[in-house]
Amino acid sequence: MIPAGFDYHAPNSVADAIKLLGDLGPDARLLAGGHSLLPMMKLRFAQPAHLIDLGRIAELRGIAQVGDAIHIGAMTTEHELLHSALLAEKLPLLVDGAGWIADPQVRYKGTIGGDISHGDPGNDHPALMLALDASFVLRGPKGERVLKADGYFLGLYSTQLEDGEILAQIRIPIPAAGSGWSYQKLKRKTGDFATAATAVLLQMSGGKVAKVNIALTNAGPTALKARAAEDSLLGKPIDEASLGEAARLAMGICEPTPDQRGDAEYKLAMTGEMTRRALQAAHARAKS
Amino acid sequence: MANTHQVSFKLNGKAVEVSVEPRELLIHTLREKLAHTGPHIGCETSHCGACTVDMDGMSVKSCTVLTVQCAGSELLTVEGLEQGGVLHALQQAFHEEHGLQCGYCTPGMITRAYRLLKENPNPTEQDIRYGIAGNLCRCTGYQNIVKAVQSAARKLASTPASA
Repeated sequence: MIPAGFDYHAPNSVADAIKLLGDLGPDARLLAGGHSLLPMMKLRFAQPAHLIDLGRIAELRGIAQVGDAIHIGAMTTEHELLHSALLAEKLPLLVDGAGWIADPQVRYKGTIGGDISHGDPGNDHPALMLALDASFVLRGPKGERVLKADGYFLGLYSTQLEDGEILAQIRIPIPAAGSGWSYQKLKRKTGDFATAATAVLLQMSGGKVAKVNIALTNAGPTALKARAAEDSLLGKPIDEASLGEAARLAMGICEPTPDQRGDAEYKLAMTGEMTRRALQAAHARAKS
Repeated sequence: MANTHQVSFKLNGKAVEVSVEPRELLIHTLREKLAHTGPHIGCETSHCGACTVDMDGMSVKSCTVLTVQCAGSELLTVEGLEQGGVLHALQQAFHEEHGLQCGYCTPGMITRAYRLLKENPNPTEQDIRYGIAGNLCRCTGYQNIVKAVQSAARKLASTPASA
């Protein structure tokens, strides 16, 4: 399997990449880690006339704390997320999530920005970003804009990233001390996308839920924020009754597509179960 | 569209230069242009790991890397592990522990295990199983592969200079 022909460009700066994108027009695609795009090109599902490889742009890499937020370059790899001491301390949910993505070889190449930008509902970072209240820094010919993850994912392979723009950086506020977290992912085998997965970030106060973010992977055309489930938990303890209600409400927003991972009913049930487990695990980690 | 790029990189310590179309995948360059047939073509869909090579300190699946992306890189294939006629500890351990049956996955397994042990010289069994999860073996049930990696880790720990 060999992709159709294309021209290859490897700019050294974001400014050069944006200029290339503008000059080459809609027949150009950005190449990040390549582990979604190149397989699509090998299968001829995608046949871009130009590839703009972001791999040589140093300013798109790196993980740093800036004030009370963590800034992550879009070309930072899953492997780098997984082995970052800073993230392990400040954003363990992101490390947990990265460890569930694909396999070691793919994690060396796959990038957080590529995963977010691809718009595949099976990708894990969109739900993690929703749970972490992330913002995305987009750069284009008209300058820079910063968008919240909540609202960014529009549908299957569709995000708010516009033609000519590049996702340059991800900004994530550091969760309050004592927050609990978990990413529960059911997958058939290593390397597979989720049959169902749920990301949870949880703050408890006096034995009751003070704040909770719940986001679902591969349960609809895009990552979903389970708002009704979140609201149902506020002010309540985490117990069988509240877990059952939250799982039921999370399932209520799902539109799973039947495929070889299961029929819609199974995937729906598994989304509920992953939500229940993620809430329990986050609760076990949270300080009251 | 018939454009070609001259791409230079290091392959098992030697400088090489190839002329490739942008769409050429690294596995094809290695096997067909550079006669390094250790990396195998298995699934071609980034699942099986038979094509695994080491690129700038990373294990990568060379069926999903464009050769043009390798400009300036240092690549290591299974052919580069043996030094002066002496097998690498991992190659020796796969032999001694019988970490193979048909052998098709073996070059990818060994190349992946090489990087795993560089990053984690003293892995637990769980570390090894997680670390080689991107390499499929349809013969062994993995037990002897895990034993081989453990054996190589012990040997490398006792003779660090040979790593």
